[in-house]
Amino acid sequence: LKARRLCFQVSAALKEGHVTPTELCQRCLALIKSTKFLNAYITVAEETALKQAEESEKRYRTGQPLGVLDGIPIAVKDNFSTAGIETTCASEMLKGYIPPYSATVVQKLLDQGAVLLGKTNLDEFAMGSGSTDGVFGPVRNPWSYSRQYKEKLVPESHPEGEDSNWVITGGSSGGSAAAVSSFTCFAALGSDTGGSTRNPAAHCGVVGLKPTYGLISRHGLIPLVNSMDVPGILTRCVDDAAVVLGSLAGHDPKDSTTIQDNFKPFELPNLTDVSKLSIGIPKEYHAPGLSSEILALWSKAADLFKNAGANVIEVSLPHTHYSIVCYHVLCTAEVASNMARFDGLEYGHRSDMNKSTESMYAATRREGFNDVVRGRILSGNYFLLKQNYENYFVKAQKVRRLIANDFMKVFRSGVDILLTPTTLSDAIPYIEFIKEDNRTRSAQDDILTQAANMAGLPAISVPTALSERGLPVGLQFIGRSFQEKQLLTVAKWFENQVKFPMIELEEVKRHDHGVFQHHKSASFS
Amino acid sequence: AAVRGCSGVWRRAWQRGAGGPAPCGRRAVAGSARGAAVPAGKSGLAPWVPVVGLEIHAQISSNSKLFSGSQVQFAAPPNSVVSFFDASLPGTLPVINRRCVEAAVMTALALNCSINKRSLFDRKHYFYADLPAGYQITQQRVPIAVNGTLSYSLCTDNKMSQMVTKTVRIKQIQLEQDSGKSLHDDTRSQTLVDLNRAGVGLMEVVMEPDMCCGEEAAAAVRELQLILQTLGSSHAVMAEGQLRVDANVSVHHPGEPYGVRTEVKNINSIRFLAKAVDYEIQRQIEVLENGGTILNETRAFDSRLGCTVPMRDKEGKQDYRFMPEPNLPPLILYDAKSLPANTNHQQVVNIDWIHERLPDLPSVKRAKLVEQYEILPEHSFTLLNEDGLTEFFENVVKHTHMKPKKVIGWILNDLLSYLNQHSLTVKESPVSSSILADLLNLLEKKEISSTAAKQVLVELWKGEGKTPLEIVEEKKLELIQDQEALEQICQAVIDGQENAVIM
Repeated sequence: LKARRLCFQVSAALKEGHVTPTELCQRCLALIKSTKFLNAYITVAEETALKQAEESEKRYRTGQPLGVLDGIPIAVKDNFSTAGIETTCASEMLKGYIPPYSATVVQKLLDQGAVLLGKTNLDEFAMGSGSTDGVFGPVRNPWSYSRQYKEKLVPESHPEGEDSNWVITGGSSGGSAAAVSSFTCFAALGSDTGGSTRNPAAHCGVVGLKPTYGLISRHGLIPLVNSMDVPGILTRCVDDAAVVLGSLAGHDPKDSTTIQDNFKPFELPNLTDVSKLSIGIPKEYHAPGLSSEILALWSKAADLFKNAGANVIEVSLPHTHYSIVCYHVLCTAEVASNMARFDGLEYGHRSDMNKSTESMYAATRREGFNDVVRGRILSGNYFLLKQNYENYFVKAQKVRRLIANDFMKVFRSGVDILLTPTTLSDAIPYIEFIKEDNRTRSAQDDILTQAANMAGLPAISVPTALSERGLPVGLQFIGRSFQEKQLLTVAKWFENQVKFPMIELEEVKRHDHGVFQHHKSASFS
Repeated sequence: AAVRGCSGVWRRAWQRGAGGPAPCGRRAVAGSARGAAVPAGKSGLAPWVPVVGLEIHAQISSNSKLFSGSQVQFAAPPNSVVSFFDASLPGTLPVINRRCVEAAVMTALALNCSINKRSLFDRKHYFYADLPAGYQITQQRVPIAVNGTLSYSLCTDNKMSQMVTKTVRIKQIQLEQDSGKSLHDDTRSQTLVDLNRAGVGLMEVVMEPDMCCGEEAAAAVRELQLILQTLGSSHAVMAEGQLRVDANVSVHHPGEPYGVRTEVKNINSIRFLAKAVDYEIQRQIEVLENGGTILNETRAFDSRLGCTVPMRDKEGKQDYRFMPEPNLPPLILYDAKSLPANTNHQQVVNIDWIHERLPDLPSVKRAKLVEQYEILPEHSFTLLNEDGLTEFFENVVKHTHMKPKKVIGWILNDLLSYLNQHSLTVKESPVSSSILADLLNLLEKKEISSTAAKQVLVELWKGEGKTPLEIVEEKKLELIQDQEALEQICQAVIDGQENAVIM
C-alpha cells in the first residue's frame, strides 16, 4: 500500500479490499509516531481511531460503506471541538479541556465514516502565520527533511548545526498542513480567518481550500473572527478537496450564518478547454516584499492560461492596500470579544489567585494566554472603546465593504477567477522567522490572503513548483461567492498542468520502507 | 396632549407619609416642565419638577431560551437547564428562538410601537461571574421596536372617584439575554453561580421620562404588567423576577434643564416602586435644597428601611465596548405585503398574522365591562387589577338576578376588602362565586335584608361549607313577609314595655 495516495484512490482500494481501514489507520498511526519530530499533532487519538477503523471495516465487510470517506484517516486542527478528545487551541487556557460535543464539520466527517487520528498543532487560538506560537511548540515543515530541500542546502548557511535549517510550515493551520504533507493523514481540517489554511498549504506543498463564508458550518470551531472564520480543507490534490467539501458543505441549523440553499456535492470535470475562461491578475497583489521568484512563477502561471487560450487580463482591486490594517482592527476587536469567555469559571485554566473574582480573572487570563493573544485582546478592546469605535471599528467595516465591492466589480466585469500568489516567499527557517514578532509576521504573511476573508470569497492555494531552495510555492485562485465548483475546476486544470513534485521524505523513508513513489513528470519551474 | 395640573404639593405629599397616594399628575405626554411644578419647600425657592423614566425587563414566557434550546423553568435545581451555549462553551453559536421574537412583536404591537422589520444584535461586554460569555447579546443599535406609547390611568384621590388617563412614551423594546444568578456565600466567602436563568429571553422596555411620581410609575408598570399577562408574552410576576423595574429619577426647576439622575434598582414589587421613586425624589430635593449635589449613581431600594442607598459600584463608569454580534444575521420580520412567495412559514415571523391574533387588551376589556354591565369606569380598573376578579364578578353576575351595577358593590366593598384584609388572592377566596351568587339571590328575592346578608357573609368567610340558605335558617335571618305575624311581634314588644310606652 502507498500511504501517499489520494483519498479517492484509497477509497477504491478499500472498496476492492486491497487494504482494510484498520491497516490504513495503523499505517498512519505508525507514520505519526515516526514523524513525531514535526510536532504536527497535539493529541493522537489512537484508541478511538482504531475503534472507528474497526467500525468502518465492518461496514466494508458487509458491503455497506458510508461513502468515499469511509475508513479514510483524517486529522483535525485543534481549534475544532471534538467530543471526548482534548481540544486545546494550543493554549495553556484550554489545556485539559475535553469538549462534550463535536463541531458540525467533525461530526459530518465521522458520520461519513472518516477515521479521526488526532488533533493538529497551531498558533495559540489560531493567531499567527507560522505555527510557531503555540504552547506545544512550533511545527516543523516536512519539506525541511525532504531530499529536494537538503540537496540545495548550503552547508554553512546556519552554523548552529543541521537542526537549525528546518523551515516553518506557515500558519496557523501548520499542523494540519504538515500532517497532510507528511502522509500521516489523507485530508485535514484547518481554519482560515486571514489565510491560515492557504498559507501553510502553500509552504507545505498541499492544496488549501478556504470555502465561501456561510457554505460550511462554524459550529464548534473555536472562533478567532466570527465574521471571517471558515473551516479550511487541506488535501494532497484538488479532487480530494472537492470530496471533503462535498461532505461538509450545507446549512447547519446550529450556525445561523450558513446559507439555507441546498448544496449538491460535485465531481470535478477534467477541463480541456480554458478558452472561455477569463482570468484576472490583480495588479495590487504585486505587493512590496514579493520575492522575484514567486513573481516569476506567478507570471508563468498567467502565461500558462494565456497559452491555453484563456483570456488573461490585468485587473485592479484598488482598496487592497487598506485591507490588512482594516483586517487587523476587525480581527482584534472580535478577538477581544471572543476571548472574554475565558475567565476560568466554567472550563479551562483557573488561577489559584483567590483574593477576589476580579483578581482571579486577571491572573487566569495572564497565565492562560500568551503575549500574542493578550496583545490582540488589548488592541481590540481599545478599538471598541466608545471614543474609538467610530474611528476604528466602523471605518474598518466601511473599508471592508469597499474591498468586497472591488471584488464584485471585477467579477461583474466578466472575470471568472483571480490568480494571485499565496505567499510573498517560500518558507523561511524557524530561526529567521522568530526574529520578527507575531504582529509583524502576520501583517506580512496575511497580506495576499486576508482580502478573500474580508470579502467572504472562496479561495484555494494550489502547489505550483519548488523554489530555488527546493521548497514548495503555491499560487492562489479566488472565485465568486459560492462558485466553488468553477474555482476547483480551474484549480484542478492548473494542478494537472504544473505537475508539482512529490515530497521525497528521507527521514520518513527510514521508517517507512518501500512506500516511496517518485514522480517522473517534469516539474513546472 | 392634555396638561393637567398637579393636584398636590410634593413636600406635603411626602410629609403625609406613604399611606395615601402621592398626588400628582403633571402631564399626559412628555414635555419637560410645562406641567404645574412642585412648590418649593421651606427654602422658599423655585418649585421642583421631578422626572421619572423607567427601564423594564420582562422575561419572555417561552419554552426555551432566547438563543438556545434549553428549557426555561422557574425554580429548577441549580444548573439543571443549561445548554453548552448557555455555559458559553467555546465554539457554540446563538440561534434565535422564533417564539421570543413573536412575543416581542406582540408586545410591540400592543404598545403601539413601530416595528423595525430589520433589527440587529449587539454584544455588550462586561465581566461578571454569572455572565459566562463575558458579554450579553442585546439590541443596542437597531432594536426590534421603537416609538410606542402606553396609556395608563390613576386616581387622584383616595376614593378612586376621579381617574385620569396619562400616556408615557415607549422609547424602544429590545430583545436581550438574561444573565445567570450569583449566590454569595459570605460565611465561606465564595460565590456560587446558577446558570439556569442565563440566556432566557428578555424584552427590555424603555420608557421615556414622562412620569413625575411614584404613583404614576406604579400605575404605568401595572398597566404594562396587565398587557404582558393578557398577551401571554411574559408572566410578569415581579416577585419571581419576571418583571424587573429600574427607575431613573431626577429633579429640576421649571424651565431649567433636567437634573442629574440616579438609577434606582432592586425594586421587587409595584408598591415598592412607588415608595422608592417618591423617596428618591424627596431625597434629591432635600440634598439640593441643602446645597448638595446629586451624583449620577446607581442606588438600591431597601424595602425594609423604605429608602434608597448607593450601590457599591467599584468599577465606576463602565465602557461596554459594544460590537455587532457577528453570529446572528439581521433579524428580518415580514408583513403580508413583504412576505416573499414560497417561504417556509416556520422560518418567518409575519407581523400582520400576529396583529390579527392579538387578544383584547386591558383597556378594551375595561370598556367592554363598563358597557356590558353599566359599572363605573374606575370599577373596571379594580376588576382587572386583581387577578381573577373579573372572572369572579362575571360568574356571580351569570348566576344571580341582581343587577351587575349592584353586584359590583358586593364584589368591591365586601369580597375585595375582606381578601385584602386577609392578604388573600381571588383564587384563595373562601367564598366561591356561586355561593356569593346564592347569597345575592336571597337578597334580591327579598328573603333576607341587606344587613342580614352581611351577617351571612361573615359566617361564610369561616369557610365551614354551609350554604347561605343554611346559615339564614340557622340564624333565623329571613325577612318576615306575614303581616299578622309582624303585628303580633310588635304587639308583644309593646306589651312587654308598658312603662316605656306613653299612651
